[in-house]
Amino acid sequence: MRRWTSLLALGAALTLAGQAADAKKKDKGAKAETPYASTYKAYPGRPTALVGAIVYDGRGGRIENGTVLFENGKVVAVGGPELAIPAGYDRVDGAGKFVTPGVIDIHSHLGVYPSPGVDANSDGNEMSSPTTPDVWAEHSVWPQDPGFSRALVNGGVTSLQILPGSANLMGGRAVTLKNVPSRTVQGMKFPGAPYSLKMACGENPKRVYGAKGQKPSTRMGNFSVNRQAWIDAKQYMDGDHAERDLGKDTLEGVLKGEILVQNHCYRADEMAQVLDMAKEMGYKVTAFHHAVEAYKIGDLLKANDVCAAIWADWYGFKMEAYDGIPENAALLAKQGACVVIHSDDENGIQRLNQAAARAQASGRRIGVDIPDAQVVGWFTYNAAKAMGIGAKTGSLEAGKMADVVLWNGNPLSVYSRPEKVWVDGAMMYDAGDPKRKPVSDFELGQPGEGDVK
Amino acid sequence: MKSRLFIAALLAAAPLPVFAQDFAVTNATLATGDGGAPIEHGSVIVRAGKVVAAGAGVAVPAGVQTVDGTGKWVTPGLFSAVTDLGLWDVEAVTDSNDMSAEKSPFNAALDVAVALNPSSQHIAVSREGGVTRASVAAFNGGSIFAGQGAVIDLGADAAIVMRPRAFQYVELGEAGARLAGGSRVAAHTALRNALREAREAAALTPGAQRQGDVLLTRADALALAKVIDGSQPLYVGVERAADIRSVLALRAEFPKLDLVLVGATEGWLVAADIAAARVPVITMPMRDLPATFETLAATMSNVGRMKKAGVKVAIGMFAGMDQPRYAPQQAGNLVALTKMPGATGLSWGEAFAAITSVPAEISGFGGKLGVLAPGAVGDVVLWDGDPLELSSAPVEVWIDGVKQPLDNHQSRLRARYKDLDETYLPKAYDW
Repeated sequence: MRRWTSLLALGAALTLAGQAADAKKKDKGAKAETPYASTYKAYPGRPTALVGAIVYDGRGGRIENGTVLFENGKVVAVGGPELAIPAGYDRVDGAGKFVTPGVIDIHSHLGVYPSPGVDANSDGNEMSSPTTPDVWAEHSVWPQDPGFSRALVNGGVTSLQILPGSANLMGGRAVTLKNVPSRTVQGMKFPGAPYSLKMACGENPKRVYGAKGQKPSTRMGNFSVNRQAWIDAKQYMDGDHAERDLGKDTLEGVLKGEILVQNHCYRADEMAQVLDMAKEMGYKVTAFHHAVEAYKIGDLLKANDVCAAIWADWYGFKMEAYDGIPENAALLAKQGACVVIHSDDENGIQRLNQAAARAQASGRRIGVDIPDAQVVGWFTYNAAKAMGIGAKTGSLEAGKMADVVLWNGNPLSVYSRPEKVWVDGAMMYDAGDPKRKPVSDFELGQPGEGDVK
Repeated sequence: MKSRLFIAALLAAAPLPVFAQDFAVTNATLATGDGGAPIEHGSVIVRAGKVVAAGAGVAVPAGVQTVDGTGKWVTPGLFSAVTDLGLWDVEAVTDSNDMSAEKSPFNAALDVAVALNPSSQHIAVSREGGVTRASVAAFNGGSIFAGQGAVIDLGADAAIVMRPRAFQYVELGEAGARLAGGSRVAAHTALRNALREAREAAALTPGAQRQGDVLLTRADALALAKVIDGSQPLYVGVERAADIRSVLALRAEFPKLDLVLVGATEGWLVAADIAAARVPVITMPMRDLPATFETLAATMSNVGRMKKAGVKVAIGMFAGMDQPRYAPQQAGNLVALTKMPGATGLSWGEAFAAITSVPAEISGFGGKLGVLAPGAVGDVVLWDGDPLELSSAPVEVWIDGVKQPLDNHQSRLRARYKDLDETYLPKAYDW
């Protein structure tokens, strides 16, 4: 058989190299206030009352026979059957069904490694320098990637963070999107979401650049290159900015706490080293991604207030993933650390709820019983928090964005699917209406256009 | 037919399981793998490594050890069709990986059986997930022919190979085109030429010379002779509807080809043709993206639609990060589709059969593997709930009637790190 293995988790470093690009472009022009600003606007919605479902609020709350009210794109109220439904609200019967916040994927490459995965569309790794904090993922995102639509209809995904790949120590800026189709990337950008810097430790950077006969070719080389980059950035930060440096702009943003750090890292010992590097240089790691050994240092992650964004049970595909175990999430939760279930995969993003359920079950079998309501937070609120949008979405609370999924059954069951999905109160998917789902430009006129997917 | 006789002799000579015990699982929810609905209060009886009875109201003979299945499910072991089990320790550590051989002068002659490692962690982890049998494929190196796969058992013993050289694998479509030199045209030409050379090589009298214009080594040509006469199935990796038609058309030239389609992401578009040709399909059902230009019509309803058209379809192709233990989740998702307007899924029984009896039948072990029925091997899995549900896992696994250890590298790690207490000694002493 031919190999099907996704290249992404291997760091996408196995994809064809050879994109020649000038990594550090200098721009002496004035710094625009908000370049490439979001033009996202919520679509019209109707005042809606979801009634009678079991509601998970994303922050550990569970309401039997719950009521969720939203209007003008915002959650108005969440409560029990006693909650009065204002006049003019559409009533959606949720009896026997479940309601959660919209699903959020903190680690996606949709758009930058889109379908079809042809070389011409491969825009996720700027593999021309081990540090490319100057590149922005949003400049690679192809909004017509059909993967966005699958994530919406099968996965209930309403927000997602698109990251550069992990070939580089500093891969560039990530972008957070609303999962609402648009002709432009700006039209998908999550309004007000902070940027993140994608970093990567371990095998990928040293393999990619070591193979080119350049630094880094070892893990110690990884740290050396990183530390020097931070030292240079601090010097830049303290300078007059007469000559702008796009990469150092990004690092300065991190040092000032304006830009988050999403750090691809597998091994426990290496994460501990990164935490010390962050202390040394004066920045904060928001989340370790993949983190298959996070369970070995749950105490350390908790003490440093760092989330682990992980698969349920991927392991063994590369050396630094050899110690991955299905109990990772549950053991982290037991230790009080922040758990996020991520996909890093165009198929996995359609089943984040299922991955979380698998991880939960693995914990339960060793006596670590994490309640359903908390597990729902692994793919909703915790992801939002680690993306810096936790105050806006990720949970069902009055005043927050009405990003909502109505599931036709328990979202932690394999037999359940999203039935309706609202983004900012606008119904973007309805399983009962064949036309109420997005079809990308790419799929028009192709076999299977508009099919159930 | 030679090879079949040989295989029969091998099977007859295989030693009986040493520790096979007679046992029965009683009062469990029983799924036999036959495609039917689960049976409440079912029992299974295994004697001398074989199933002797399975059903409701089965009486357990005196002296047979009984496992109470109350509140649990009992099923046959899962059959993982077309996988990489036993071929690597760490997939990306190439020294540990025997999936493919890019630099080998051989292709069709390659035989995975010699490399299979029963001590692989990947096998141990899959066994813990209820997988008891598999067909292990060769993976393409430098040729459209990947080589010969084997049917294995996952028992914790040295005898891993159940049937060596169980099938040949050829890759067509986009990947085959690249391997053949750049086009589908080249792939089909290479395939036909190889089969011609195989026919000629097989017909040679001892000591006779092959003709001059040969591209295949003698070993490769002789390996393919078994494909031409139908004594060895030919698994064909193919996705696009048009490519599937081209594969089915091969039978006009090579009538004895015993074809199995692997992939067939656009199979639903040509389901009637596949059914009419009586060619089975092994596929990964949750692929619903136009990942390539040969999977534009991908949909999760592919399996359901093909099944409805009369195609025999198994779930498989678990390799790399798609682990064999995920098969129940894939099957469960097909059941989920039955509730989705416009989608075509499978009933619970059909979905479970697609990861047990159907892949076993396609692999040549119908009635023997993937089912709980009299005469089948004693591969039994006791689950703590509905095996297709995300919350469920095996609690006991028997292979050939032998109770299996479920420990592995992962279970040892989880035992060590269940707490992080190092008050008295480092974690390295906790084992």
